Amino acid sequence: MKIKPAFTEQIVKKILFISTAFTVLILLFIIFYILKNGLSVIDLEFLLTSPKELGRAGGIFPCIIGTILLPLIAIIIATPLGVGTAIYLTEYKREGRLTRIIRFGTECLAGVPSIIFGLFGFVLFVIYLGFGWSILSGGLTLAFMILPTIIRTSEEAIRAIPYSYREVSLSLGGTKWQTITRVVLPSALPGIVTGVILGIGRSVGETAAVIFTAGSSLRVPASLFDSCRTMAVHFYILAREGISMENAYGTAAILIIAILFINLVSYWLMHRFMAKFS
Amino acid sequence: MGDKIIVKNLDLFFDTLQALKSINLRIKTKEILSIIGPANSGKTTFLRTLNRLNELIPYAKLKGEVYLDGKDIYKEDISLPWLRRKVGMVFALPVPLPRTIFENIAYGPKLYGITSKAELTELVEKSLRAAFLWDEVKDRLNESALKLSGGQQQRLCIARTLALEPEVILLDEPCSGLDPISTAKIEEALHELKKEYTIVLVTNNTKQAARVADRVAFFLMGELVEYGQVEQIFTVPKDKRTEDYISGRFG
Amino acid sequence: MKYNERLIQSGLLITAFSTIAILILIGVFILKEGLPVILKVGIKDFICGVNWSPIEEQFGIFPMIMGSIWITAGALLFSLPLSLACAIYLAEFSTPKIGKILKPTIELLAGIPSVVYGFMGMVILFPLIRNYLGGPGPCILAASIILGIMILPTITSISIDSLQAVPYSYREGSLALGATRWQTVKMVVLPAARSGIIAGIILGVGRAVGETMAVIMIAGNAVIIPDSILDPVRTLTTNIALEMNFATGEHRQALFATGIVLFIVIMLLNIIANLIAKRKVITK
Repeated sequence: MKIKPAFTEQIVKKILFISTAFTVLILLFIIFYILKNGLSVIDLEFLLTSPKELGRAGGIFPCIIGTILLPLIAIIIATPLGVGTAIYLTEYKREGRLTRIIRFGTECLAGVPSIIFGLFGFVLFVIYLGFGWSILSGGLTLAFMILPTIIRTSEEAIRAIPYSYREVSLSLGGTKWQTITRVVLPSALPGIVTGVILGIGRSVGETAAVIFTAGSSLRVPASLFDSCRTMAVHFYILAREGISMENAYGTAAILIIAILFINLVSYWLMHRFMAKFS
Repeated sequence: MGDKIIVKNLDLFFDTLQALKSINLRIKTKEILSIIGPANSGKTTFLRTLNRLNELIPYAKLKGEVYLDGKDIYKEDISLPWLRRKVGMVFALPVPLPRTIFENIAYGPKLYGITSKAELTELVEKSLRAAFLWDEVKDRLNESALKLSGGQQQRLCIARTLALEPEVILLDEPCSGLDPISTAKIEEALHELKKEYTIVLVTNNTKQAARVADRVAFFLMGELVEYGQVEQIFTVPKDKRTEDYISGRFG
Repeated sequence: MKYNERLIQSGLLITAFSTIAILILIGVFILKEGLPVILKVGIKDFICGVNWSPIEEQFGIFPMIMGSIWITAGALLFSLPLSLACAIYLAEFSTPKIGKILKPTIELLAGIPSVVYGFMGMVILFPLIRNYLGGPGPCILAASIILGIMILPTITSISIDSLQAVPYSYREGSLALGATRWQTVKMVVLPAARSGIIAGIILGVGRAVGETMAVIMIAGNAVIIPDSILDPVRTLTTNIALEMNFATGEHRQALFATGIVLFIVIMLLNIIANLIAKRKVITK
């Protein structure tokens, strides 16, 4: 007997729907599982005191500082490079061999695994340039890692700005650079910020590239040349060495909340931005 | 009066496609020259050669000469910002920048270094008055220009160009998206502006050309078929094609 | 003025080459550190050697290569059906509104830190595997499932984009001939989007091969050539991360040498994905 196409259609649709629902459930499960076990650990003391006995007791204050400082250094370095690249690709160069090469380089860099960044940052910054395990080494390594994200998002944002804006500015006697800085970049700003925020998100969750460049000191850093431990690294050490499951859950919960927040903000920004220009 | 702009043997190619064919034209000081012709006849392209906006299109190639006050504007040493301040442009669709009304008008002057608030305020008022927009917006200069109606936006764009204190104003079908009342207001403004500026007006609307122009040029498929006084073109055109177009037989 | 503009353009050109400069720097530094040991051991013995024993100066990474292959294959097996189903559902069957909400939701999976994934493997999968399949828990199976989830957003997201890039007229043509939605997808849309989807899968493979922290936490990390999915394994990435903290001298060079192999594999995958994605443009 031949199965009717309409019947197959129904079955296929159900299977596809169930698969999608399953995927979304995995995400929700991870989030709820971590939050359920971790939220009860979080209180002001947990946030504002230093760890005791390697993290068995006490809070995670130094790790929060580390998690703020490393991405901060990273975006301070990566944003000008990334936006500059995006401007060059969109405003100065016609599509051609050069833009293809640069774009290919960006794609490749985006695909480089974080452990390779860790190795590289370790030889270049920690050893060769003598920065040691430090916030600076970690921040620089992260900057290289998030550069492709910032380039791609900025490029997309700059491309979304109507061509007529540029024409108007040029026809009013603006130079190319004036047109870029006074019309194109201000209009593209929300999109560019989205890329920066996504870069922060990646940095916050990163472990492999950070642990070999910023180290894992539990002291509150006093300078850029001090080692520090981010929340992700702290969580990894707590969980893998079985130091304290309770504090591991607490740290993970803060990490998850931060990631959720960062992603929601960037999504909201990009959504609003794209709605305005398309 | 003398000639403000002289165009000599102007050819323009987009890759291999020839968009303008050997154009020779003189534009007199403080006149309104109206360029008419069917769609895709090269009117807008011609307009954009007068302030070198076609250079934004990477595959556009130009031959011939364009003189502004006797100076070839395609010479190496011509500064584009200087040229574009002298030869202002108003586009077919109004494009207010996403800023306040004040900021839109002050945008050009700020680019060439006017920073004094008082000077800018004066310039903004003068430009808005000249574009017949002042009375409608004087109380909301700090509101977004995007909130204005279509007709107001187009007058804003004219005011924005006037703020450059140009000598020539290029208008590319400035009324194509507007209702009759807004159109009338812009035509009224053009009548006044003629006293101060040389105006080149591209229009699809032959009646508009007849109403506002001193002289008319007829373009067809990249060629300048003929140009002359408005009465002559509309009553005794020399070329059969001009007659056909004006009497509505094509286009 | 003109001079300034030129200066700016040159400055921007330099920034534009930053990504390529970084790539080259990475390559140079890793080669510089790792190449001596490869040359000493010999390329063949380094890649095909089955003994990894830094104390005895034995550096063979064949078990790690096998480990990476096993885990990546497992991850694909788990991820492929699920991610393609998600992509097809969201691009072709769901209402646009649901698609708009669920696509970023699934992409959020990519934002979850890999240590959290590893942790979920430890606390959820280990007990399940211990109770139902035996063994201590850390194994290829656990790592494959977790990695499968981790690469799911990459494959899904790129596949959705490729499906949506198929011109709507293709679908209309097929539907007008009386085909059902699924028949249309199967016979017209999927073939048209094929190269983009394959590029997405290859990038997913790249992510799986490169993942480190999650794998460290759940794969067991034993240097053996596995013969069952319940065996623990060590991958190229975890080999580096596990020993980096205490390695010195030749041992550390051997870890960088492992990095060279990893870097080359990833670059090849990137190049292949790029070529495939480019072919799509040309044939259109």
